[in-house]
Amino acid sequence: MKNKSIQVKGLQKSYKQHQVLKGVDFEVEKGSIFALLGSNGAGKTTAVKILTTLLKPDSGTVTVNGFDVASKPDNVRQAISLTGQFAAVDEILTGRENLLMIAKLRYLKNPRQVADDLLKRFGLTEAADRRVSTYSGGMRRRLDIALSLVGKPQIVFLDEPTTGLDPEARIEVWKIVKELADGGTTIFLTTQYLEEAEQLADQIAILHEGRIIASGSLSELKKLFPSAKVEYVEKQPTLEEIFLAIVGKKEAM
Amino acid sequence: MEVAKNHFLSDMGVMLGRSLRHITRSMDTIITVTVMPIAFMLLFVYVFGGAIQTGTDNYVNYLLPGILLIAIASGVSYTAFRLFTDVQRGIFERFHTMPISRSTLLWGHVLTSLVSNAISVVIIILVALVMGFRSSAGILPWLAVVGILSLFTLALTWVAAIAGLSAKTVDGASAFSYPIIFLPFISSAFVPTESMPSVVRAFAENQPVTSIVEAIRALLSGQPVGNDIWVALAWCIGILLVAYFFAMRVYKNRV
Repeated sequence: MKNKSIQVKGLQKSYKQHQVLKGVDFEVEKGSIFALLGSNGAGKTTAVKILTTLLKPDSGTVTVNGFDVASKPDNVRQAISLTGQFAAVDEILTGRENLLMIAKLRYLKNPRQVADDLLKRFGLTEAADRRVSTYSGGMRRRLDIALSLVGKPQIVFLDEPTTGLDPEARIEVWKIVKELADGGTTIFLTTQYLEEAEQLADQIAILHEGRIIASGSLSELKKLFPSAKVEYVEKQPTLEEIFLAIVGKKEAM
Repeated sequence: MEVAKNHFLSDMGVMLGRSLRHITRSMDTIITVTVMPIAFMLLFVYVFGGAIQTGTDNYVNYLLPGILLIAIASGVSYTAFRLFTDVQRGIFERFHTMPISRSTLLWGHVLTSLVSNAISVVIIILVALVMGFRSSAGILPWLAVVGILSLFTLALTWVAAIAGLSAKTVDGASAFSYPIIFLPFISSAFVPTESMPSVVRAFAENQPVTSIVEAIRALLSGQPVGNDIWVALAWCIGILLVAYFFAMRVYKNRV
């Protein structure tokens, strides 16, 4: 019980007539990476919004860091942070000012130091005093994730963190996620890229039409299928592999 | 783990600081807000003014209160715009997943609106001084004018908040201000209502702008204010309370 960061039982949610979540159950272990996999419209974002206290569940119980999201949202908010689908950064402020703002809202004692450390860690030191409106998509996403790490929340929610990023930026995000999990942070991420779940997740749950239709570790999921047939297929490099080889970033993984 | 509940002032400070930076980094918005009222003032004083009979020898004095209201009505539409982008960009979502006082999100924008409109009003009064505006009013009447204008700004800013929070598009967010900008034209702001046809006159004399304009005009020229100031205050406070109620409702439904 104490090893679970997130527990979801019988979660249901409808928007008017449309039932989005039809009874979802899953658990996330402390310090693990959990991937919620599903196609567009499967209800991933709705689930994230409920887990992060933005939406109230219709029925079922959702416990995050030991607190019920519906009755103790403030306690849940102490422990979490959310990086949504669109970079939630203030474009008119600089990168540093964005970090300082969140650090002050988390009542940290030394906001300047925290901002400097995160800027360095995310390779944004040079761009720190430029307005975010001048940042590239990858830089924005990095700043967005950096903002979510201010104050070292125990559970980090990433809703499709790599959607719309180029391959290099995607690999960078993967690296950050792995480092975070190594440091003991629980990561809850949603994705529609199978490869992303395969690369990162300790546990995977597949959400389809409002229900979890399969869950487990990658090897457990693989066991659900008949054992692989051996076939000889000429291995062609994917365009992504070619791209990464040319730009020389493959080693960064 | 202690729950942060008593951080209202600290949160408020951060939100206000953020939103004030938006103003200082986009001074062009203040210029945009002041240019149109100043153009109206020039047009009415130097083009139409000679033909308008107001019964006073200083038309700038007569005109200024209405011009200030026009400036405020167009200034608050930036609040609607900023709220709209905050909701749209997901910044509100980030704040809402943090243990901070939620009402500070709106109040930060509202107080910033007071500051930016105060800057616009001061600029317009300076231009009016150059054009011949003179006031014999002492410190108390001026304070009363500041009070009325602040209440008017607050009331319209909460109206702007409703628009900004409920709009589906950027244009929708600021469209609400056009009818409000137009209201001073059908009031005693530019010409005395006596010259209007009876239906228009009835509307003009009973809409909020006339009483506010008359009250400010009387205060600035050292005349007795009579009932106008109470009617003006009642309008401002009434609009403020109704708009605040609906803005909060939209805010709770939206997030």
